[in-house]
Amino acid sequence: MRIFISCKSASQLVSQSLDAPLTWQSRLVLRLHLVICKYCRRFSQQLAVLRKAVQNMVQLTEADESIQLKPEARQRIINVIKQNQ
Amino acid sequence: MTLSAHNDWLEAHGDYLYRFALARLRDPHWAEDAVQETFLAAIKATNFAEQSSQRTWLTGILKHKIIDVMRKSQREVVASDLISDEDANMDDFFDDKGHWLEPIQAWGIPENTLEQKQFLSILQACMDKLPQKLSALFIMRDVHEENNEEICKELEISTTNAWVMLYRARMRLRKCLEINWLAS
Repeated sequence: MRIFISCKSASQLVSQSLDAPLTWQSRLVLRLHLVICKYCRRFSQQLAVLRKAVQNMVQLTEADESIQLKPEARQRIINVIKQNQ
Repeated sequence: MTLSAHNDWLEAHGDYLYRFALARLRDPHWAEDAVQETFLAAIKATNFAEQSSQRTWLTGILKHKIIDVMRKSQREVVASDLISDEDANMDDFFDDKGHWLEPIQAWGIPENTLEQKQFLSILQACMDKLPQKLSALFIMRDVHEENNEEICKELEISTTNAWVMLYRARMRLRKCLEINWLAS
């Protein structure tokens, strides 16, 4: 097992850790790298900010009542419903 | 069910479902398609939901239709846009020893409402630069709706490919935000 990893590998592990739990070995080498590397620490924090922002963005769009189905799309759906009664 | 009952569904939930789809797919036409397919599936379904949970039931159908739309679009997009080996296009970020080519700048975390608004509008603009399917995968992943394996299975991509795609999306978005958020 390699104890010291590059920033490139560290950045990949940070991203992966957002999608699935890492193995304990990967967690260990990543934590070690983050202790000694300021840039990767920032990178990791920024991905967390990014995730939070995406969640906000989705919530805001969902709550934005000015966004509505266009009349043409609505009519198309009514027609489809009619045809498939 | 009568036609007018179905039209009532559209009246009561159509706009909500459209916003739900648009928030994830970020393309009005794709979102309209997903909503249309949802109503089509709903009128053919026999397990009509109770009045109180109609919206939840329709939203459940819509989630699958969103993934269907993404899968269809996948075939229309050049494969190289989406999937590549781990090192592709990462030369811009790292030197040959794997060090960052440019220092990672510290960001101010958007705190008040105005800053958050600015941050989100920059994020939107950065999202627009990603291939649509990549941004949709990224959004679905980050809103925690489906687990990774489920999304991958339905999109017919491997988990490894999904990791690579998500990594690339995050690298590009982070860089875009760094450039534009710090400049603002």
